[in-house]
Amino acid sequence: MSVTTSDQAVEDGPPPDDTEPRRTGRLTQGEGLRGMLLVAPTLIALAAVIGYPVVRAIVMSLQQDEGLDPATGQFVEGGFAGLTNYADWILQRCGNVECPPGTLGALFWPSVFNTFGLTVVTVAIEVTLGLWFASIMHRKFKGRGMVRASVLIPWAIPTAVTSQLWYFIFSVDGIFNKLLGTQILWTDDKWAVRFAVVLADVWKTTPFMALLILAGLQIISDEVYEAAKVDGASAWQRFIHITLPLVKPALLVAILFRTLDVLRIFDLPYILTKGGGGEENAVTTLSMLVVAQIRDGFNSAAALSTITFVIIFLVAFIFVKFLGAHVVQTQQTQRKGAR
Amino acid sequence: MKSMPRLSAMAMAGALVVTVNACGAGGDDNDEQQGVDARGPITYVQGKDNSNVVRPLVARWNKEHPDEKVTFKEQSDEADQQHDDLVQHFQAEDAGYDVVSVDVVWTAEFAARGWLQPLEGDFAIDTSQMLAPTVEAGTYNDKLYTAPVSSDGGLLYYRKDLVPNPPRTWDEMMGMCDIARKNKMDCYAGQFAQYEGLTVNVAEAINTAGGEIVEENGTTPAVDSPESVEGLGRLVEAFENGNIPGKAITYTEEEGRQSFQAGNLLFLRNWPYVYALAQSEGGSKVKGKFGVAPLPGEDGPGASSLGGHNAAVSVYSDHKATARDFVEYLTSEQSQRWFLEQGSLAPVIESLYSEEPLVKQFPYLPTLKTSIENAVPRPVTPYYPAVTEAVQSNAYTALKGSKPADQAVSDMSDALKAATQQ
Amino acid sequence: MATAEANARSVRSTGFDGKKLRTYLGVAFIVIWGLLPFYWMVVVAFREVGYTFETTPWPTHVTLDNFRTAFDESLGNQFGQALVNSLIISTVTTVAALVIGVFCAYALVRLDFRGKFAILGLVLAASMFPPVALVTPLFQLFTDIGWIGSYQALIIPNISFALPLTVYLLTAFFAEMPWGLEEAARIDGCTKGQAFRIVILPLAAPGLFTTAIIAFIAAWNEFLLAAQLSDKSTQPVTVAIAFFTGAQPQQVPYTAIMAAGTIVTIPLVILVLIFQRRIVTGLTAGGVKG
Repeated sequence: MSVTTSDQAVEDGPPPDDTEPRRTGRLTQGEGLRGMLLVAPTLIALAAVIGYPVVRAIVMSLQQDEGLDPATGQFVEGGFAGLTNYADWILQRCGNVECPPGTLGALFWPSVFNTFGLTVVTVAIEVTLGLWFASIMHRKFKGRGMVRASVLIPWAIPTAVTSQLWYFIFSVDGIFNKLLGTQILWTDDKWAVRFAVVLADVWKTTPFMALLILAGLQIISDEVYEAAKVDGASAWQRFIHITLPLVKPALLVAILFRTLDVLRIFDLPYILTKGGGGEENAVTTLSMLVVAQIRDGFNSAAALSTITFVIIFLVAFIFVKFLGAHVVQTQQTQRKGAR
Repeated sequence: MKSMPRLSAMAMAGALVVTVNACGAGGDDNDEQQGVDARGPITYVQGKDNSNVVRPLVARWNKEHPDEKVTFKEQSDEADQQHDDLVQHFQAEDAGYDVVSVDVVWTAEFAARGWLQPLEGDFAIDTSQMLAPTVEAGTYNDKLYTAPVSSDGGLLYYRKDLVPNPPRTWDEMMGMCDIARKNKMDCYAGQFAQYEGLTVNVAEAINTAGGEIVEENGTTPAVDSPESVEGLGRLVEAFENGNIPGKAITYTEEEGRQSFQAGNLLFLRNWPYVYALAQSEGGSKVKGKFGVAPLPGEDGPGASSLGGHNAAVSVYSDHKATARDFVEYLTSEQSQRWFLEQGSLAPVIESLYSEEPLVKQFPYLPTLKTSIENAVPRPVTPYYPAVTEAVQSNAYTALKGSKPADQAVSDMSDALKAATQQ
Repeated sequence: MATAEANARSVRSTGFDGKKLRTYLGVAFIVIWGLLPFYWMVVVAFREVGYTFETTPWPTHVTLDNFRTAFDESLGNQFGQALVNSLIISTVTTVAALVIGVFCAYALVRLDFRGKFAILGLVLAASMFPPVALVTPLFQLFTDIGWIGSYQALIIPNISFALPLTVYLLTAFFAEMPWGLEEAARIDGCTKGQAFRIVILPLAAPGLFTTAIIAFIAAWNEFLLAAQLSDKSTQPVTVAIAFFTGAQPQQVPYTAIMAAGTIVTIPLVILVLIFQRRIVTGLTAGGVKG
């Protein structure tokens, strides 16, 4: 039984011109310049809006927060701090002692743990559900358009509204407990609140995944599936060998960005727990910690943001490297594989 | 080659950083002395004007001062967002905020950062008619920085059909919990979710028992005392034996109100706003069946946490003289009466609490006055955000039963030390 | 053994198509998933304020008051203006991000030059910094240049936030395109630009529209920056809703918020319905294969 590969499936017509002189990595004047011009607007927009504040934040993170001058009762500028802000966070140090419970410093590693846990769980569920939703929406049936629209509703409602909605639903005398007949503290108990946050987030973002996967599915023509069916491939085999490889590019981008998003999540856990993070700070995320720290001193918050950035960067790095996520196939790769 | 565009972008960014940083982080004496006589249009910044009282007030001022018009800028309804919004604008030295409304607990913080114009000398505001605790809340380092505009105190709502005489002490109230159990109700609730409301309730418990959270100077922790343990311990015990229902750990003001209005709660600690709603809302089952009393104390009214808002002049304002006059306008008796009649906001002027027609319209007024007179401001400290975090976090753990009260108080003290010595 | 035949046989013998049933069950699940919480939102939106906390699952105490409150200017709720603002901001952001993104993706996929992975890395890195920390420096920057409360203060950052995902998605979609066809068109005499427009763009349409929806909704949902950088006249719906308030201080206006949420969703659904058809019709059998 032969199963068609992704590359063969795409190229079915006359083979692309193979004999065109292959440009190696050398820059030719025309392409290099044109390339830079086309890429420049993106880089400028990012540098101005994101690059500048990031640089600013990093510079500030090397400064000490203002301290109170006991004589005047006024705050005065702290001096240069070097990496002390960073060390204080990572070592959970407050002054000369380990940060006692009730300080923000004591929440660093719990927040890291929560953030990672939340990310892994929500992304895993969203990918699975997203794949399933997309495969269903891909089929032909009456009212397909309406179903697609209704799937997108969770995602289309502003997060500010859905967070309030879920807070309302999950409140101890709210509709969720009423329907279940329980009195569970969904916005408070350690695992209940984690469940609540995961449920609310998955509800909202699965459509995003489903949409991207669906777009990827649209590219695969039916004939490929038919051919595979004729060859005797089961539904699972068709899924593994045709569907997955072909939606892989869109799917990987979706997973990557979704992961980056959840690692930075703020409003949902914040609103669901009124900022408290639930029992034992069960859902306090790094971004929530940053916001709380900003009130105490921006420089230290900037250090925490930079640490968060580094953590996320490492995650993305591992993602790209080890999952073999060639998130971008360049033209050459495509041409190469198309034989 | 392509690295060059990026390098120059970085260089630009670096230059910008240097320029913006040079603008300084806090106010200083120079800012205080700028523009003290200037007059002109100003902006008044306040949280959401729920009851539509400010707009007419501003309109009246604008009619009388056509050259010094006030623009009313509304913030969101949430205290945290209001706070962060003010901080953002002050840090940016924004001249666009002239008069700002500050929650009573922010006075010390903003004053210590040099963002507020001291209300003395030419800027003095007459506070002689005002309730003492409200003036205290506007004072930092013996200077008045914010003028009291509206106040708030905690009230004990109780079901007068079940309890004809309200309890005067905590023990008395706990003793009445049998009545609640007999009627299949919860006994007592306040605000215990991990947010500012918890600090309010815990401060009340601690202060009523005779303890305090920080000392007068605002930076030395004073919470580690047997009185504090006793105060916090009362709440912990009530959670343990069910006099406070377990689910109250998720309660903010609204959840408690909901439970009380549904007839499921015997005693509720909440703010005056509940009165009108419980009396008139469609879904309320307790209309005409409840009364208000001062919070239970040791032998006399308990220490309520002072709420309310004060008005301040920003040091970055371009028209400070006008700003100061507008602040005075907000604190005038005419405006105060308007706040009360139109918006049910507790005034700061003492005499208004004993005027007959007003008391008729707002039966809780005398009780509220007692509450405010016995109110203790939440810790007056420039480190308020860190202090409230220390209190909330440790008290919460104790209320959940994960820590005994004395451990919680001790940890609270450690956390306060860390917070105020940073 | 061909499963198609087996399927056909099973239909004939029992008149029951297992696959169709599974599809409809799945559809039912999806629809309930999307709509159940939304249903509750609508029920509460139509419920009288006095009965906010009632938990009867079907509509009771129905009223239109909450919708009126949302638009009531005398209470300071400028929801109509906010809707217009959101539309302007999201539309401009989407169009701009798409155009800039298409340029960038085209260059990355089609052209040859060094440093592509570095650029992709940089673009990705822009999505790694917690936005909560970006607000303060941006606020100070825009205050200094006097842009607070202007549309550009909201649009430009939104474009920048949308760009990383836009660029990545477009690059992924473009990489799937049969560039051989474009080359064939050029050999036939088209310029690079023409070839791109005539051959590639139509095929990339589904990807483009998908990216457009994603960018639009991301901009529509944005709250953090908008809350700081907008003023009364330019605030989008997310901020306007956050500013809703009850008649009393500390009263949370759940019913009004739900009403606003309902109002906000319906035009979005219509928009999505229009767009999603474009996604489907972009590709028919044979289009890809050329």
